[in-house]
Amino acid sequence: MDVKQIIDRCETIFEDLNFGEVKKWKAAQPGRKAIGYMPIYVPREIVHAAGMLPVGIFGGGDQMEVIQGDAYYQSYICRIPRSTVELGLTGRLDCLDGMLFPSICDVIRNLSGMWQILFKDKYVHYVDVPQNYEDSIGGKFYVHEMQQIREDLAKLRGKPITDDEVRNSIAVYNQNRAAIADLYTYRAQQPWQAPTSEVYLVLRAGLVLPPEEHTVLVRDYLAATEAVKRPKRDNARVVLTGAFCEQPPLSLIKSIEMAGCYVVDDDFILITRWLREEVPTSGNPLEQLSKAFLHHSVQSSPKYDERKEDKGKFMLHQVSSRGAEGVIFAAPSFCDPALLERPMLQDILAKQKIPYTAFKYAENTGQMAPIREQAGTFADSIKLWSAA
Amino acid sequence: MNTPVKMVPAAAGKKPAAPVQKEDSMWLQKEMINRNYAELASAHETGRKVSATFVPGNLNELLMCFNFARSLPETNALQNGMRKKSGKLIMDAERDGHSEDVCTYVKSDLGMMLQGEIGPTGEKLPYPDILLLSYTGCFTFMKWFELIRQKYNCETVMLHVPYQGDGKISPAMRAYVVNQLKEKVIPTLERVSGIKFDIDRLREYMRESQKAEDNLVKVLHSAKHRPSPIDGYFGGVYYIGPIFTAFRGMPEATRYYETLWQEVSERMRGNKGPVTPEGELNDEKYRLIVEGPPNWTHFRDFWKMFYDEGAVVVASTYAKVGGVYDFGFRHDPDHPLESLADYCLGCYTNLNFPQRIDMICKYMDEYQADGLLINSIKSCNSFSAGQLLLLREVEKRTGKPAAFIESDLVDPRYFSAANIKNRLESYFQMIKAKRVAAAAH
Repeated sequence: MDVKQIIDRCETIFEDLNFGEVKKWKAAQPGRKAIGYMPIYVPREIVHAAGMLPVGIFGGGDQMEVIQGDAYYQSYICRIPRSTVELGLTGRLDCLDGMLFPSICDVIRNLSGMWQILFKDKYVHYVDVPQNYEDSIGGKFYVHEMQQIREDLAKLRGKPITDDEVRNSIAVYNQNRAAIADLYTYRAQQPWQAPTSEVYLVLRAGLVLPPEEHTVLVRDYLAATEAVKRPKRDNARVVLTGAFCEQPPLSLIKSIEMAGCYVVDDDFILITRWLREEVPTSGNPLEQLSKAFLHHSVQSSPKYDERKEDKGKFMLHQVSSRGAEGVIFAAPSFCDPALLERPMLQDILAKQKIPYTAFKYAENTGQMAPIREQAGTFADSIKLWSAA
Repeated sequence: MNTPVKMVPAAAGKKPAAPVQKEDSMWLQKEMINRNYAELASAHETGRKVSATFVPGNLNELLMCFNFARSLPETNALQNGMRKKSGKLIMDAERDGHSEDVCTYVKSDLGMMLQGEIGPTGEKLPYPDILLLSYTGCFTFMKWFELIRQKYNCETVMLHVPYQGDGKISPAMRAYVVNQLKEKVIPTLERVSGIKFDIDRLREYMRESQKAEDNLVKVLHSAKHRPSPIDGYFGGVYYIGPIFTAFRGMPEATRYYETLWQEVSERMRGNKGPVTPEGELNDEKYRLIVEGPPNWTHFRDFWKMFYDEGAVVVASTYAKVGGVYDFGFRHDPDHPLESLADYCLGCYTNLNFPQRIDMICKYMDEYQADGLLINSIKSCNSFSAGQLLLLREVEKRTGKPAAFIESDLVDPRYFSAANIKNRLESYFQMIKAKRVAAAAH
């Protein structure tokens, strides 16, 4: 397949709010089960080890009209829970046999309880991850939490999940993470060859495809895009941060690029890069997943930074390792984690003399002109400064 | 006993405010709070270290073991709100780069720091020596203390309290909290204070806590009486004041709750209604359950809207935010660390949605309430996200009417008196209509 065909396929998957790929996967073998999860991170390896399909539910985007979901939320709550409730109440998530709600913020946390009430026949679990990063304290708790999920899913499928099954799934996701790491490295090196609007769609496909298939897709995309040279533009290289939960519309990503920015790193769909190193496939698999989470996961605002001096390290690493010239803070309206974190990160950037700009969006933001203007002005100012 | 207090004469041309009615326990509490602020203000001069922590998951007994002067940023913010100072503080924080979308307690606190850390009583408060981040039931707490640490370099120690997602406290959750107490929190408090931890001292404070907790529960339960001698929301915030803040475990708190219970039991015997700032409410027309925190900037105006209609709040969820005692929990000196863990794990906002709904339905039944009122707070997603489902579920399960109003904690820009009053009036009419309909059947 050429790039266009790959991206067309990814876009079709992205736009399909009826989760046809999930239904297709389930229909291929009777008895298959699918488990949904919301941002920011859940140990998908356990779901996969149960022979189930982990399905990322990242809101309804800008194509879905939210009617029922709005009746559950006040005007000052972000949009992703509304559209997720809408997806559920309109039957679009009937193909899921359960939902995992990660520890990310109070809104998603509360949604886990709402889901228990609204969808009584489904498996629902709130995934608490430790904010203490010592193996003997937070690690012990997290292993227990994962064991709970493992036992719940084993009950759902009717037989225990073995250590070997979890190890095998760790290996599958290691390959997926490696492919995505290559994709991100490639984009940072040649952003004109891998525009973020395409990279994003490739990542989104991974929310519904089995990881094995997605890894092949990522590799295919890399090969296909390398085969056709595209023009390099004099764009500003930026890191985009703050979009780890509710997703911006695709048109917003395109607008930033059209305004003269190459996004060379971001925090979209962070679960695909959450664990920064390969997880060992030997030993106790849950302990290995725990150690990976505690010691090798990305820094993001839903996680506590134990030391003041650690704040912003990951973002600065993104800037320096990707050769970025500035940072765009793009946060969903009313997103507590992103908006509370932002002033701290901005202070750090200011001290490092790294330019930044900030705006808010919702997943259904329709007016792109202001964002294009702001991103364009930011790109121009970077170019002017760097020329000076 | 209650004593009318003469207010300072208003400026020429303005209508003088009516005298505020206060019970003796309220005076006692006011003294305690002012003394605590004075102690905080002079802590560093007197060689004491200062801690800051949050109301939910407040480990007051443990902090006292290390002689910390104790500050609670949430109560600083609400005190500033009640004293009409928070509006400017919030705008100062927004000018300093904080989003208009986020919690106004945080912005009020950061605004207070920006203007020189002048506390609600006008005294300069010291920067804390330790931020005990009891991360219980509110995600914002974590960012709040990270923000303070970033700006003012305060040392921070995290106590992560897992959420009751499955509606129960598992042994692993309890063990996790206890482990953190043993391995992280206590060693950090020892190091910062220079005082060695003495578990018997902790037990002693907990014995004192139990006495206060017993009397608090008697006071809260008194609202089952008709007429209710207390208001469990507006009055309730006074009743929970000492036990939720810097005083639980102190003999002063024990005395306060003894005095309070004497007052309340006397009122109950006399079939009297609650004391409000406008006077005694002796014509109880409506009995309500309220979910959600109050608005602090217009606290008295808000309460008066209920007083004017003869509405009494017989139980509220906000009065459980710093500990759910009325379902049996007590600090247990025989298992001190496990008990601290259970206390943190059991705070209201750490309960999942089905648990919250069960609790409210139980209140509706046990307190013979006419309905549920939700005061939805813009700043507080922990409380607010999902409250509209909560409203429907409670209506469905109890058959009683529920109503929804919106305001904020300490941002005066989000308090619309006319809107709230209109909604309340409609709500009371609805209750009345339901009563008439029920009587006709």
